[in-house]
Amino acid sequence: MTAPAAPGSPPGLLRRIFDSDLWYSFTRSWITMGSGICVLLLVVGALGAPVLAPHDTFDPATLKLMDAFTPPVWVEGGNPTYLIGTDNQGRDMLSTIMFGMRISLLVGFAAVLFSLVLGVGLGLVAGYLGGTIDALIMRVADIKLAFPAILIALLVDGVSRAALPRDMHDQLALYVVVFAIGVSNWVSYARTVRGTVMVERGKDYVQAARVIGIHPAVIMVRHVLPNVMGPVLVIATLGLALAILTEATLSFLGVGVPPTQPSLGTLIRNGNDYLFSGEWWIAIFPGLTLVVLALSVNLLGDWLRDALNPKLR
Amino acid sequence: MIAFILRRLMQAVVVMLTVALISFALFNFAGDPINNMVGQDVSLADRERLREALGLNQPFWVQFGIFLQNALQGDFGLSYRLGRPVEDLIVERLPATLELSLTAAALAVFIGIPLGVYTGLYRDTWLSRVFLTASLAGVSLPTFLIGILLILIFSVELNVLPSFGRGETVEIGWWTTGFATWSGIKALILPSITLCLFQLTLIMRLVRAEMMEVLRTDYIKFARARGLPDRKVHFGHALKNTLVPVITVIGLQFGSIVAFAIITETVFQWPGMGLLFIQAVNFVDIPILAAYLVLIALFFVVINLVVDLLYYFVDPRLRVDRTAAGGEATP
Repeated sequence: MTAPAAPGSPPGLLRRIFDSDLWYSFTRSWITMGSGICVLLLVVGALGAPVLAPHDTFDPATLKLMDAFTPPVWVEGGNPTYLIGTDNQGRDMLSTIMFGMRISLLVGFAAVLFSLVLGVGLGLVAGYLGGTIDALIMRVADIKLAFPAILIALLVDGVSRAALPRDMHDQLALYVVVFAIGVSNWVSYARTVRGTVMVERGKDYVQAARVIGIHPAVIMVRHVLPNVMGPVLVIATLGLALAILTEATLSFLGVGVPPTQPSLGTLIRNGNDYLFSGEWWIAIFPGLTLVVLALSVNLLGDWLRDALNPKLR
Repeated sequence: MIAFILRRLMQAVVVMLTVALISFALFNFAGDPINNMVGQDVSLADRERLREALGLNQPFWVQFGIFLQNALQGDFGLSYRLGRPVEDLIVERLPATLELSLTAAALAVFIGIPLGVYTGLYRDTWLSRVFLTASLAGVSLPTFLIGILLILIFSVELNVLPSFGRGETVEIGWWTTGFATWSGIKALILPSITLCLFQLTLIMRLVRAEMMEVLRTDYIKFARARGLPDRKVHFGHALKNTLVPVITVIGLQFGSIVAFAIITETVFQWPGMGLLFIQAVNFVDIPILAAYLVLIALFFVVINLVVDLLYYFVDPRLRVDRTAAGGEATP
């Protein structure tokens, strides 16, 4: 089957995207399209928050304590200025969610990048070199795999809190969270990359590259790495959803990002205190955003896994 | 065989020693322990005397040895925040966490397996689709959000179930149980549902996949050809053969139930070890952090060891595979 030509699409890169198999399989399922649109909307909303958000929640001058606990518009007592209500300090919920999503996405992407670099690097080294180094790396991976990711992240965070002085920890909190989540998720990359590399290592092109005297590091990065990027991309997408959820969980427990930079998890934690007094929207809307974000990214990852798997074509 | 067990045991000991080293190092990194114990008006000479009495002036490795010795006897020192021996605190909190985790595990198994069998046998009914779609939501909803939603519905709106604490408990020796009173059981409902949901969907999906796999095999066709009733084919032949992987996964998942109990306990203010740990992280209460670190590592190492050994005994094929994989890794 040939991909349908998108009418009036510009030539060059866009043309190639619209003609590709990947785009074709993307347009085949409305669930995939829907989650793609959701992710796009949420990311645009998050990145454009300083411009798009109706209120600047970081500017204390715009805060009106009188407006605290305003319910959403469709509930009695709602105020059209605040579409989905305000929190305990009179901040517009829609705006805080948009700004919170920035932090969630930032930490999520950074953590995925961290575990990707770490995992792919270790996997390449283990698969290409083999021997004792491989055995050592895989043993560590086995041990790491025995503990759930959330526990590792919690322990790393707890240890760093104990090891660093308090004010220093507050400054570094964002990096600590990224490190904690990144360290807890590198194994799946390492295992996949190692498996593929061990297969690729025996192939002629690698032997040829070795014979003409190319440095092993160059062979690994330039020649072997491109062959493992497909599965890595799938793991990274599913890992992004996991990282966002882990960050939200850590922040909900009060050990994640600093309160000065609230993420979706921090907002839910804050809203949790007002659940009993009937102000449900403070916790539920950030929660809903989190679920839609994680679910859409997960569905995109599932689609990517099927689309990149030649056996399923 | 003995070599396999010995290698596993060695690995377990190495992991435990590493964790013990990390948790001991915490004490040294996080400031001077003497300052954490005494007030400001204690003279330098007194401090030195205390340091000597506690053995804190000895080399790092000697101190680590003493720490190991104490840890083996279950002695982790006094909590900075509560001023009580850590082991007492943990023993006090252990029953709450174990009761919650065991209830959640039981729910996950006794609901997850039947659902998995049903969705595996009748793939195309609308009920199966409902279960599968719901399980997708169960994977994407983070544990703490499930807890919040349940509290909102059953505690705030309907006001039928308590949202925090354990209810009334009864003491049996050093063990406090919530099973004995009606309020204790009611308090257990929401937290255990919250905790089991993720594991339930996991077990359901696993059983479903295994059932579909087994139903395609020749011996099932043969059993049908012999004219055995469906019930016998499904449960006597098919389900039985799916259970090996399911049992191992349940074993490994029990570890993550205890880990996820940290989150559930925070949401429901359940007075277990998880809540103790989170409070210790927030207050940088190092003795508790260290003890929890060692305890949870021990727990996981034991679970993994048992599951590995079970594998070895239950499935003879794995013995061959494992040695083959080991040989491949070191060419």
